[in-house]
Amino acid sequence: MSTIINIENLSKTYHRDAEELQVLKSINMQVENGEFLALMGPSGSGKSTLLNMIAGLDTPTSGKVTICGSELSQMNESQLAGWRSQHVGFIFQFYNLMPVLTAYENVELPLHLINLSKEERDKKIRLALNLVGLPDRMDHYPNQLSGGQQQRVAIARAIVTDPSIIVADEPTGDLDRKSAEEILNLMVRFNKELGKTIIMVTHDPHAAGRAHIKKHLDKGTLNGA
Amino acid sequence: MIIKLIARNVFRHKLRAILTILGVAIAVSSFGFIRTVITAWYIGVEASSSNRIVTRNAISIGFPLPLAYKNKLESTPDVLEVTYANWFGGIYKDPGNFFAQFAIDPVSYFNVYPEYEVRPEQMQAFLKDRSGAIVGQKLAERYGWKVGDIVPLTGTIYEGDWDFTIRGLYKGAKKSADETIFFFHWKYLDERVAEIFPDFTGNVGFYIATIDNPDNAALVCQGIDERFKNSANETLTETESAFQLSFVTMSSAIISSLEIVSFVIIAIIMLVLANTMVMSARERTSEYAVIKTLGFQPGFIYAMIVGESLLLSSLGALLGLLITFPIVNGFADAVGSFFPSFDISTMTLIAAVIATLVVGALSGIMPAIRAAHLNIIDGLRQLS
Repeated sequence: MSTIINIENLSKTYHRDAEELQVLKSINMQVENGEFLALMGPSGSGKSTLLNMIAGLDTPTSGKVTICGSELSQMNESQLAGWRSQHVGFIFQFYNLMPVLTAYENVELPLHLINLSKEERDKKIRLALNLVGLPDRMDHYPNQLSGGQQQRVAIARAIVTDPSIIVADEPTGDLDRKSAEEILNLMVRFNKELGKTIIMVTHDPHAAGRAHIKKHLDKGTLNGA
Repeated sequence: MIIKLIARNVFRHKLRAILTILGVAIAVSSFGFIRTVITAWYIGVEASSSNRIVTRNAISIGFPLPLAYKNKLESTPDVLEVTYANWFGGIYKDPGNFFAQFAIDPVSYFNVYPEYEVRPEQMQAFLKDRSGAIVGQKLAERYGWKVGDIVPLTGTIYEGDWDFTIRGLYKGAKKSADETIFFFHWKYLDERVAEIFPDFTGNVGFYIATIDNPDNAALVCQGIDERFKNSANETLTETESAFQLSFVTMSSAIISSLEIVSFVIIAIIMLVLANTMVMSARERTSEYAVIKTLGFQPGFIYAMIVGESLLLSSLGALLGLLITFPIVNGFADAVGSFFPSFDISTMTLIAAVIATLVVGALSGIMPAIRAAHLNIIDGLRQLS
């Protein structure tokens, strides 16, 4: 397998008034293509910050983040936006669907950043919603769906552009045990069957147990498992 | 997709959207109404012809000029035709029934004012009847007059009871022509004046002359006034539009106040809209963060927010303009003939639409800038 994520001496420091807060300290990490990695650690350990760096949502104070051969720290905000739309799928704890759009339209949203015909878009949306088991909920608005169903729509939205990496921030944190299990099953399936590299932040040891690799962050320092 | 998002976001909070649209609509209709009042005030100036000049007594319009000036005016170079009129100022039944009444020289007056069109047979009937009158179509409609009716007026300047028989109705050949004037024979007035005040006969209120070239108006006016300099009745001659404007400037304080109020209304529309847009954008911070996370550029968020603001303002403008028409018509009925014409002009409609669209765009810009340049991490954190 090839390395898809390469992190070298990554540090992140936030400044709050005169106070300096170092959230990540010289992180070095490689992730192989097709891995399923769980990032664990107590609150404030820096796991979400590290996930944001990998997803190109935040920039490091020092060090390098290279994903799919692109060094993110060299890109400006506009380039990062374009890069994210092509390479990363996002799954959030609270689903973050657009409430005014139907399940179909929510999944369609990131496809507007790719040059596709209407027919191609439709094909991809239906396929994604079929993969998450919601072909009969296409016209439902988020408030007409359960939490588990909303998260499945969010997963469909994350995979519809066929990204190399899926980042998931506490994807089961707002779900009951049964729905959480369904979501984890889907993620495992997409990792195995579609070969997606998944980086998941979680507090839940059970969820982390579904990943191939677990890494622990504590006070900004990474410990492998 | 952007249009779908804009359209659905507008009515996400139905009550707020409806109240905002109503607020904009009321402001737009107030703006439209006030601009219509201002336009109506200037209608006389607008209706003025560039080839007509007015000569009046240099002391004031209240002082007359001798009828003998007519020949002298006619012999002035560049002057084509001269007519004259006296303001009558009579009351029809009630002082509230205000309309302009002029004693005129019938043939020359309607030559100088070709925009007042009278049917030939009615004009003939008017010319034959010394106590006949020709009235504007709108004025006749207002009081239900028809040809042959006798209209009694009580004189205020020229005291006594005056009865006139309507011999004809005139229509304006152009929209700005005043159709609310009551015309009668100057000779009839002069005969009655001779009975009451024999020393005051042979006086006219003002002269109106047509000139062959509007570009020479200033020189012609100057020439006329120099001709009567050091006479018993010095003259003041000006273009018809300047003459009309002098009446408008008498109410300049009111008009200026109305102008200011109309612009204050624009500011109110902006505050109403800006408030709604700021509230909406703040509530959707996390959604904008998600949109940016997915890879959309700031321009998409600008378009979403400014588009929503423009849609709200456009709906408000549309409703506002629709309700302006019945308001203006109702007011026109209520004030009667006070304004010769009280219609919403195309310029007022265009001004209202442009003002609302500009305000709509401006109201959306501030929240759009904030949302478009939002830090994604901070935006996502708002949700959790």
